Amino acid sequence: MAANRALDLEAFAAGKTAQAQREVIDRHSVIVRATHWINALCLTLLLMSGLRILAAHPALYWGNYGYYGVPSWISISDTFDDVTAREIGVTRVGDYSFDTTGILGVGYNSDGRPVVRAFPRWMTLGAGLGIARDWHFFLAWAFVINGTVYLLAGFLSGHFRRDLAPSTGELRAQHILRDLLDHLRLRHGRGEAAKRYNVLQKLAYLTVVFVLLPVMVVSGLTMSPAVTAAFPFLFDVFGGRQSARTIHFIAANLLLIFVLVHVIEVLLSGAFNLMRSMITGRYAVGPEEPA
Amino acid sequence: MSLRITRRRVLTGGTALGMGLLTGCDGRASDAPIQRLFDFGQFLSLHGQRLLLSAQPLVREYSPADISPDFPPNGTEMPDGEDYFRMATSEFASWRLVIDGLVRNRLSLSLGEFKKLPARTQITMHSCDEGWSAIGQWKGVQLSHVLRMAGLMPQARYLVFHCLDQMDDGEFYYESIDLFDAFHPQTILAYGMNGHDLPVAHGAPLRLRVERQIGYKHAKYIARIEAVEKLERFGLGRGGYWPDRGYQWYAGL
Repeated sequence: MAANRALDLEAFAAGKTAQAQREVIDRHSVIVRATHWINALCLTLLLMSGLRILAAHPALYWGNYGYYGVPSWISISDTFDDVTAREIGVTRVGDYSFDTTGILGVGYNSDGRPVVRAFPRWMTLGAGLGIARDWHFFLAWAFVINGTVYLLAGFLSGHFRRDLAPSTGELRAQHILRDLLDHLRLRHGRGEAAKRYNVLQKLAYLTVVFVLLPVMVVSGLTMSPAVTAAFPFLFDVFGGRQSARTIHFIAANLLLIFVLVHVIEVLLSGAFNLMRSMITGRYAVGPEEPA
Repeated sequence: MSLRITRRRVLTGGTALGMGLLTGCDGRASDAPIQRLFDFGQFLSLHGQRLLLSAQPLVREYSPADISPDFPPNGTEMPDGEDYFRMATSEFASWRLVIDGLVRNRLSLSLGEFKKLPARTQITMHSCDEGWSAIGQWKGVQLSHVLRMAGLMPQARYLVFHCLDQMDDGEFYYESIDLFDAFHPQTILAYGMNGHDLPVAHGAPLRLRVERQIGYKHAKYIARIEAVEKLERFGLGRGGYWPDRGYQWYAGL
């Protein structure tokens, strides 16, 4: 990732000293770039088709069994409000209920009439549950195959060891704290520091790649009666089929939070340069000190 | 349904993903380009899971204490029509289970005769494609036992379950499984649930338990089991009432 590509000699010859210190490096390998975008597409569509599947029974439970009548820890429903004489959407988390009419539970169709549905149409993929399941399972295969290519390449090329594994020094509380403060003050690495991932980046990427995404796959598989016939211990790993479904949902939300932070960080630290580096591989590194 | 995937079909499937997204296509015409991608996904799921299950392991069985306090019925809860009503109110005295098609001995059994066959009782989890699950105890006869009585002919590849419940669109419910699932020890034709006769809402007098698949495969109100070589001539040709309407024929996930 940090291999020097070329000094901007032309700019140097023109005497533009500020630009002379600007250096263009090969930041991402072609496998990282390709698998990154395939992964982004898969995860987006998996989330949308997953929401359509969840809409068929928008309530989540702990344990092995769960159905309407068993206490759920989170649910989306609709109810008739006597005061306003209209159908309202209710999202409940534990003992707390929220009126989410217009977003969750009850929405409006194109002519403004209320319609009972868990999630807005634009959030979901698949008109019916059967088609949403087809999307979800096809995309899950695409995601797993793509992820396997990424993991194999990452281990074999030394990318994980070289670029993602934090050093002992980076793992010191003091270092992590300083990095956290830099992030909060929106101070991003420049010069040599910009060529490497900072420790918070490394930890975030490692958590996503080696914890959250594998948890998504395995908790999803635990909902399959054929997979649990072969591996019944999966029920024990998650604490039951409904717990696996709940953990699938929580991990999806954590991934969504990661993606939001990831996109915000890209926008705040040179969106054009970073987008180019993830598409063509080329990444420009500015001078050490701010100009 | 064709599960044979050629390289060309897989490649055209790749462009179909783009087309499907651009046009917002999620119609379910069986020849829609996007369907080729879905068929490919189903092909991977079926064969991937069959590989995992090649040793025919049993699904987890639970203890009586694990049985869920309730078990929501899904789909038909009371078949329409006088015929079924009369049958149900006379303890299914006139009901018979017919096993025919590609068998050497066509069978026609009354409920009393059926209940005399060796029984298997199992407490298992039922998983609905909607996401909910419940645990119940089932008592019935292994499908493999009935199939050995009837003697399957070598051409037989699938079993089609013809049911007594008519759906809203007038079609009778039907489902099908292949021999891999039919001969699994926990695939039973259940007439008892949680220590009682199978309730009407759960498919009385007889329903299928095919424990390694999702709920809608567990056909209720069975009257006839037909051994066949191909599924094309039934319904819309995709092997079941819900498969004909966009659901997966193989529902191991």
